[in-house]
Amino acid sequence: MNKLLQTLMDGVAVGSLYALIALGYTMVYGVLQFINFAHGDVVMVGAWICFLLVAAAGLAVGEPQLGALYPADWIAIPLLLGMLALLMARVPRRCLSRWPQTCHAVELAATVIAAVCGIRFLLLGGGWAGYGLHGAAASQGWTRLAPALGGAAILVTAMCICAVLGYLFERLAYRPLRDAPRLNVLITAIGLSLLIQNVGQLKFVFGTEPQAMAVLLPDVVLVEVAGVSVRLLDVGILTTTILLMASLDYLVFRTKIGTAMRAASFDRHTAALMGIPVDRVVTFTFVMGSALAAAGGFLFVSKYRSLQQPADMAWVLMGLKAFVAAVVGGIGNIRGAMVGGLLIGLLEFFGAAYLSPQLRDVYVFTLLIAMLLLRPSGLFGRHALEKV
Amino acid sequence: MKPADPLARELRPSIALTFVKSGAPILMGAGLALLVHMVLAPRMQPLHAKILQDIGINIILAVSLNIVNGFTGQFSIGHAGFMAVGGYTAAGVSYYASYALWGSPAANGGVLSFMGEWSSFEGPLFAGGDGLFLLACLAGGTVAAIAGVVVGLPSLRLRGDYLAIVTLGFGEIVRVLIQQSREQLLTKQAVEEVGCWERFLHLGGALGFTRLPFYTTHFWVWFFAFITLLVSFRLRQSSYGRAFLSIRENEIAAEAMGVPVTRYKVMAFVFAAFFAGIAGGLFAHQLGTTLNPGELGFQKSFDILIMVVLGGLGSISGAVVAAVALTILPEVLRDPPHAWPLALAIIIGILIFKRRAGIRGAVLLAALTGAFELMRAVAVWQEIDLSKYRMILYALSLILIMILRPQGLFGVREIWDWRPQWRKRHPLPTRGDPA
Repeated sequence: MNKLLQTLMDGVAVGSLYALIALGYTMVYGVLQFINFAHGDVVMVGAWICFLLVAAAGLAVGEPQLGALYPADWIAIPLLLGMLALLMARVPRRCLSRWPQTCHAVELAATVIAAVCGIRFLLLGGGWAGYGLHGAAASQGWTRLAPALGGAAILVTAMCICAVLGYLFERLAYRPLRDAPRLNVLITAIGLSLLIQNVGQLKFVFGTEPQAMAVLLPDVVLVEVAGVSVRLLDVGILTTTILLMASLDYLVFRTKIGTAMRAASFDRHTAALMGIPVDRVVTFTFVMGSALAAAGGFLFVSKYRSLQQPADMAWVLMGLKAFVAAVVGGIGNIRGAMVGGLLIGLLEFFGAAYLSPQLRDVYVFTLLIAMLLLRPSGLFGRHALEKV
Repeated sequence: MKPADPLARELRPSIALTFVKSGAPILMGAGLALLVHMVLAPRMQPLHAKILQDIGINIILAVSLNIVNGFTGQFSIGHAGFMAVGGYTAAGVSYYASYALWGSPAANGGVLSFMGEWSSFEGPLFAGGDGLFLLACLAGGTVAAIAGVVVGLPSLRLRGDYLAIVTLGFGEIVRVLIQQSREQLLTKQAVEEVGCWERFLHLGGALGFTRLPFYTTHFWVWFFAFITLLVSFRLRQSSYGRAFLSIRENEIAAEAMGVPVTRYKVMAFVFAAFFAGIAGGLFAHQLGTTLNPGELGFQKSFDILIMVVLGGLGSISGAVVAAVALTILPEVLRDPPHAWPLALAIIIGILIFKRRAGIRGAVLLAALTGAFELMRAVAVWQEIDLSKYRMILYALSLILIMILRPQGLFGVREIWDWRPQWRKRHPLPTRGDPA
């Protein structure tokens, strides 16, 4: 009974992480009908950025001394450059009509520069925010929860950074291929995935050494239910994922932009005819998906402390499992992705606990093959008939 | 039997002539390979000779992947899995059969398996070891072809992205299975203790399969490369090739026209896997390479994929050119030479022969050369070894190719279709894109 409840809890906690990442896959498939192979690498980037920010802000439970901070002198240049780029991003109308190609190139370059400066600014600001919040909480007397509050600030920052990254990837790699054959987009996605992995391995980015993430939440057992200890960490992870998924659900089903996303996923061209700015909707989808991926990465490394190197199989496996979760739930269906993630998490943990721990990855891929052969549209997906 | 009707007699080719016409290229290929092996290779430096062998093996891999990715339009990114299957099968056959036949895994071949000063070797041209190696490679190809059937069959229910994931998964499954194999048997007693068929389970595991006889020489590599090119070219011209191309263009229309789509997709996988298996066998027995599962993973699949994509999906000569270029590239990156003399010559050539039409190409080439020289200057100044950043360059160039020139170097055309008047001689089905 203990084992059952423990496995259930672990499965639900990790399954909700898979659901978060699967939401990114499913939303992108919904609007663009292609599988974004590079999504798993955004999770990796999010996790590593969180590690770097936590290390820079010096957050850890039980350590009274805060660590070194970023040098603040690098903040002026990116800030100014970014603001200048944002101003340039919208060129005047008469220039646009006379030299269209140059103006588009200038706009693209300006947005890219603005995005890169934004990332730099966020990296700096995130460290400061984490340190500041930790300090404020500690001075109020909440010494045990202070690092977690700092961690929350860093989570928000990492989500913003990965959102900007998602914007960059969409703008530079996927938008030029909006109407290209599917094979080309797939190859580009694979190329982008490999690029992210290999750039991440460079010494001045993340490096090739595995690292250990600092402990942010105190390892406290909240309550003992039937011999099973409910940890604060698992409750924290579950709460965060439920919050994020609930807000995404609200966004997609009850706001105007969400309606636009759903409309674009039904029929992109007709949605454009109805006045929906499809480019902006697609960019927004990528941005949302990447932000959720960053959250998933952060929660993943807070649970499993060790952080593998960027090209390691562990990240690829996690991305693939999240993809399986999206497929199982019905790719393109948001609620399906949430359910699929939970299913995959439960399957993995129950299989590892009751069958064999070495084959934990095999269960998930077996489910994938079974689903693809028996019910390719997934649990909640609609089977779109291909018309000629 | 000559038919009675005089017109039929005129139209029907003579049987002897047909055999000569179809067999002659194979003999010519063997002759060319022999020439390379005996005349060209002994005169090269050993490093360059090894690179030449690598080029040949990569040509086989790229042309075989072109059959399934280029002709049939499927998305297979687990090609190194077939190579691993074929390589390990060939290695197992040659290693354990060597023990059974001659009591040791040393090479036992003739002149065809000998690399070195040709004038110093006495012995037969084709000895027992050569026969064993040929058998091992063919066995490797056959087992890889069976694996091709296994991978191709699910293509009935899977399309595009999902097939890609399945092929990727297949490559990983092969790698994991090989890592789980038992340790290699190193002495004659150990080999004799284990049963005949059980020996094939001892493939070395994660440490790799070492001490293989080094049978791979320029003759074998270029002979098999020539056969692959010949088969690929003739396949494209045949009814099978037309079926493959129709599946690539529009699967539903092909099905409606009566092409059994799944059968041809599986056939494409089988052809591709067979040649990849042979390439694996050649790779396994090469002097200077160790056969271990880590080397034949997704990295190798990606290398082959980028060769095919760069050359043009569907172009045999494109795959060959890209294979040559991308095999030489790491060596060039390690010690980059100056590119501007060559680039200048090409630009002058373009401007003389194409004039106004060539200006855009000339400017692009100039920009690329400038970027290359800049990179080279930085690498020399900072003493960076550029070949370590090879994967970043590959990934970036793949993305740029897909955005700027998705048809690759040649598109679906071949190098002999360049001039319009040559194109009329080879009425191959092409995409309707203008010159």
